[in-house]
Amino acid sequence: MKLNGEKIIRYTLVAVAFSALASLLLIAVFIMKEGVPFMVKVGLRDFLFASDWDPQAGKYGIYPMVVASLYVTFGAMLIGAPLGVAGAIFLTEFVPRSVMRVIKPTIELLAGIPSVVFGFLGVMVLAPFIRSTLGGPGLSLLAAAVILGIMVLPTVISISTDAISAVPNSYREGALALGATRWQSVYMVILKAARPGIMASLILAMGRALGETMAVIMVAGNTVRIPHAVTDPVRTLTANIALEMASATGMAREALFATGVVLFVVIMILNGIALSAIKGKVRGR
Amino acid sequence: MRIPPRITQALAVTILGSATLLTVAVLLFIILFVLGKGLPGVSLEFLFSAPRDMGREGGIFPILVGTFLLPLMAIVIALPLGVGTAIYLTEYTRETRLTQALRFGTDCLAGIPSIIFGLFGFIFFVVMLKMGWCLLSGGLTLAIMILPTIIRTAEEAIRAVPNSYREVSYSLGATRWETVLKVVLPNALPGIVTGVMLSLGRSIGETAAVIFTAGSALRMPASAFDSVRTMSVHFYILAREGISNEKAYATAAVLIISVLLVNLAAYGMMHYFMARRAR
Amino acid sequence: MKNMNGFLGLAVLAGVIGVSGCGKSRENITMAGSTAFQPFAEKLADHYLATHPEVSITVQGGGSSLGIQSALSGTAQIGMADLVKLPPEAALLKSVVAARDGIAVVLNPANKVDSLTMDQVHDIFTGKIRNWKDVGGADHAIAVISREAGSGTRSSFEQIVGNFKLTPDALIQDSNGTIRETVANDANAVGYLSHGLINAKIKAVTVDGEACSEAGIMSGSYKLVRPVFLMAKPDASPACLAFLDYVLSPEGQELIHTNGLIRAK
Repeated sequence: MKLNGEKIIRYTLVAVAFSALASLLLIAVFIMKEGVPFMVKVGLRDFLFASDWDPQAGKYGIYPMVVASLYVTFGAMLIGAPLGVAGAIFLTEFVPRSVMRVIKPTIELLAGIPSVVFGFLGVMVLAPFIRSTLGGPGLSLLAAAVILGIMVLPTVISISTDAISAVPNSYREGALALGATRWQSVYMVILKAARPGIMASLILAMGRALGETMAVIMVAGNTVRIPHAVTDPVRTLTANIALEMASATGMAREALFATGVVLFVVIMILNGIALSAIKGKVRGR
Repeated sequence: MRIPPRITQALAVTILGSATLLTVAVLLFIILFVLGKGLPGVSLEFLFSAPRDMGREGGIFPILVGTFLLPLMAIVIALPLGVGTAIYLTEYTRETRLTQALRFGTDCLAGIPSIIFGLFGFIFFVVMLKMGWCLLSGGLTLAIMILPTIIRTAEEAIRAVPNSYREVSYSLGATRWETVLKVVLPNALPGIVTGVMLSLGRSIGETAAVIFTAGSALRMPASAFDSVRTMSVHFYILAREGISNEKAYATAAVLIISVLLVNLAAYGMMHYFMARRAR
Repeated sequence: MKNMNGFLGLAVLAGVIGVSGCGKSRENITMAGSTAFQPFAEKLADHYLATHPEVSITVQGGGSSLGIQSALSGTAQIGMADLVKLPPEAALLKSVVAARDGIAVVLNPANKVDSLTMDQVHDIFTGKIRNWKDVGGADHAIAVISREAGSGTRSSFEQIVGNFKLTPDALIQDSNGTIRETVANDANAVGYLSHGLINAKIKAVTVDGEACSEAGIMSGSYKLVRPVFLMAKPDASPACLAFLDYVLSPEGQELIHTNGLIRAK
């Protein structure tokens, strides 16, 4: 009798797993179904590499926005990665464990601040500052990069700290026994051992920066132009989807889904890199 | 000239230390700034009265309700689906190329920008299925958004349960499901709860996907088919439209405190479960 | 185990509460579209609901373009669009003019410029004039701010000013309110928005000598004006049509007027 119950359980679980995966498949397929035919129709050259975005005139060039997304993400990492990894190293290696146990959760709690709050502070505090010191409208590539950089800091610190803490103490002891200073043991031994985890945190942070919408709409200026200076306003791919979504019909709507496909592909590539980096390291040890 | 290692260490510590200080200072500044400007506006009246004049006056009670109901609906939908899937993938199947591909797929979906979920939810639920802007549209969209994270964390938590526990259970004559229910799940609970809390935090702060699916109605929702406004959406609209900076900061203060409370609860629950296990 | 049962119970309870509301005793009317009219629609809805508890009216934004689409697709019962002229696809809908709204060209109060000609407005927004000194102001680059593509305010503005292609350097914001805030924060910004939203933080310039005032709009001497259309499907419910009647009634029009917009007639 127990075995019959087991069979029912098994079939229920299959159904549950199936529906879960089906719903995830639904969104993936939906986006592809709307986006891919569009990319075939319009051609990659007139979509990814064209600079004229004017849906009403039938122009769907998203190149300036691709560039903007890349620059903003890169800028965010330029700020978030060094500060984050430095913080992680400092918190695990140069600070007593008791202090770290207080600061780390605090930083993680700070990760919960919604992006719209960051965006608003960017508008109220950062943009005017940029406008008065560096010129331009203030709402700019720089503003977006700085805000995103701050937003990804908790992610980088949290995951990197975990990665560095996970390095076995024997590594540290071995290095110190050979006469290395604390710092030498860090950069010669521990960082190398923690590299997969740190890389994973950076890739995750990059994905977050790439996908951020609200904060960017608020501070980046949303101009469809390839930026020539960091004080130029830009529009990222995500901001474009949000701004055009309500009024896009027909081909314009498909263009937005196609943008979604582009983002999807980029995230997949990033995840793939992260996966192989971690796998490679595990095998290499 | 070779710099003595003691000096490079001192240098390194100074640089790293300053970086850390800068980071903590910036993050603390943001929280204190918002709380400082917002807490004066937060009162029991603010929390329990309805907004008037587009939010220029009054409080945020229907919005608090909306902020509570929407993620709740998402979790009610995603939790059983996610944990069930994780159980099936770990306990009832073998590790194959298919399961690896599935895992990679869910990992990717976990990283998709939320605006794309918003786009999907808007076109699919609001327009195509004619559900309109409502709690259900928003809840379903958020559920799909957090499902990959829940599957992933649940899977890891279940895998982390030592096989010896399972073996002991089987050797005592338990069936697979009994083992899962009474041995594996209770031990995986901390990890699963973490995943849920993480998703909850993300849902509360979510704005882009919510505006386009749940809408931005200021009224108290009477059913799952009513539109709701969440605190993030309310803050966004108040602040950006310049309706009332005072109310905006107050809303942001309540929002930040709510998220902090959720995260604290997550830690608390994790420690509670770990302490129970240690018994 | 006990935890699981408790949690399941909570879930079921939530589900029941959610579904129980399905027995709608109140009719739901969703209005969507023009962000310029949205605050006024909210006020009208609030007043109407005080005497008509059998309906529930919710107002969403999204822009005039979305308003027309939603009304056509049935996502919303009433669409709001502030356009000079409704596009051909809207002919399928029954539409009424609820109000008239002027579009003000706004500057930061610190800007010396007080008046512009229509041609200057055209040249500033198309990017031909790039510096404030060319129109009598300080020597500084002009920061042009515009609405997003689906905005009725934007289409109307571009249509009235005529022969328009927005300069690609313009910053884009997603509602009247955000344009107001951006102009209020930047001494070199210029934007356009619904005249009902002007406040002390910004100033409106005269266009061709005419101020964006109620008198100017009613008389027709101020040119940047457009009607606000409310649209519904021809087979809309009686409750829906009753609300539309309310908006057009003297009471509704007075409410619109006291809050800063212009009556339909």
